[in-house]
Amino acid sequence: MEIKKLASAGTMESSDAYVEIEPAQGVCVTLESVVGQQFGEAITAVVKEVLQDLGVENAKVRVVDRGALECVIRARVETAVVRGKGE
Amino acid sequence: MSKLVNSIREAIQLSGLKDGMTVSFHHHLRNGDFVLNMVMEQVAAMGIKDINVNASSLFDTHLPLQEHIENGVVTGIAADYISAPLGKLISRGILEKPVQFRTHGGRPSDICLGRTPIDVAFIAAPTADPMGNCSGKYGKSACGSLGYAYADAMHARKVVVITDNLVPYPLMDFSISEDFVDYVVTVDAIGNPKGIVSGTTQITRDPVGLVMAQHAAKVIQNSGLLKDGFSFQTGAGGASLAAAKFLKDIMLKEGIQGSFGLGGITGYMVDMLQAGCFKSLMDVQCFDLKAVESLRTNPNHQEISAMQYASPSSRSAVVDSLDVVILGATEIDTDFNVNVHTDSNGYIMGGSGGHSDTAAGAKLSMIIAPMFRARLPIVTDRVNCISTPGKDIDVLVTQGGIAVNPKNQELTQRLKDAGLPIIDIHELKEKTERITGKPKAIAKGDRVVADVISRDGDLLDQIYNVK
Repeated sequence: MEIKKLASAGTMESSDAYVEIEPAQGVCVTLESVVGQQFGEAITAVVKEVLQDLGVENAKVRVVDRGALECVIRARVETAVVRGKGE
Repeated sequence: MSKLVNSIREAIQLSGLKDGMTVSFHHHLRNGDFVLNMVMEQVAAMGIKDINVNASSLFDTHLPLQEHIENGVVTGIAADYISAPLGKLISRGILEKPVQFRTHGGRPSDICLGRTPIDVAFIAAPTADPMGNCSGKYGKSACGSLGYAYADAMHARKVVVITDNLVPYPLMDFSISEDFVDYVVTVDAIGNPKGIVSGTTQITRDPVGLVMAQHAAKVIQNSGLLKDGFSFQTGAGGASLAAAKFLKDIMLKEGIQGSFGLGGITGYMVDMLQAGCFKSLMDVQCFDLKAVESLRTNPNHQEISAMQYASPSSRSAVVDSLDVVILGATEIDTDFNVNVHTDSNGYIMGGSGGHSDTAAGAKLSMIIAPMFRARLPIVTDRVNCISTPGKDIDVLVTQGGIAVNPKNQELTQRLKDAGLPIIDIHELKEKTERITGKPKAIAKGDRVVADVISRDGDLLDQIYNVK
């Protein structure tokens, strides 16, 4: 799946995550999280997993996590991807 | 004779404050307090260094202490509670000597026993007369009870009363009396009323909070303690207040008349007094305007000192007669140890206050907390800081079940018989981690930034710096 434009999903509310996606070469994930020490690696891994599952090979993703559960992060990333492919 | 002096500076000069001495403050003006900053500004301006500050609590408004620490004016801090901004700086190692955390009962105990001598106590007084009789019930900066200031006034070498409402001698209905006071200073304002007392805290509408509150009320109902003569303390948090509301409904429906409500008093406890749930309120600190008004006008609403509230070395303290207390936690471990000192990343953001004292005294001490906050489980293998030892905690109430400390088998049986959702605390931890994932342990620094001293004066735990 190709990311064609800048798109976002989620909010900056506590227990939510804000995800921004834009076109790029290769996959690049940056994370800022209130629980970075405890879950940082797990969050980055799950973001990459969602991208892979959706067939996204080129995208720059920025996640601002406010303590979202994994299911929320998955949903926010998926939504951002669908919005970014621009259909 | 006259005790009136023209300025805080003059009072400090007359008090004989010198390098290396200890000054003390009480926190009834909470985040609206001007007094600590006004005094420390003068101390700094007078070139006095190496001062130890013993404050019952420090709030956001006391952030100017940062400069005094950096300039060597303040080199030691003792407090029962330190809010996040200053706490974070302390966790980053701004102060060379570890902070001494005590409890609201341990602090006056150590003052009265001479373990923590005070050279000069500064009493923020919403109303005072020229001889130093003073009260928190009256004046534009009224805060209600002055409970935490009694030990300081009675045992400091010199006592300075600072007021913004000087009235003719003698002030009636005083709290602290003239025989303890050396100097009286008048200033324009001792605090900002908006920060001193809040409006009424709203009861939570969060469905998770309401489920926890309902569980909490049912635990109390089935504990065997809810009968005529019942006594109760709760915090000012939304879920704690909701628990009090459900408890009030049960008490009114069943016609139970309690004995007393204790603590930091909120308008909600006043409502319970007025509704006949309690015969009296015992008040060491008022949280809102309604509590201040009630303390001023209702003879069944009694101001008490911190020694009477919670000191373990008093001949008796009210906490020793307490049936039930509802408390909070940032973390609780599988041994029921509770942390209320540090946040999830190890930064100081609170303190025991009366947590340990009431937990130790109450027949039933209950922690009410959600299974997780911002993905972080409430139950851990070991808390990052032991604020209150697990031996003093009876039950943890969450939306995912009620965990009873195994030491209290009788309570376990009572709650099971009542059909409440009892869960082993280890199972609760696993159940939570199935939702959140298992968090990695946070990195700990290599330097002690605070000693947590138990109410009895022993070292309970130490807090390390955050890198």
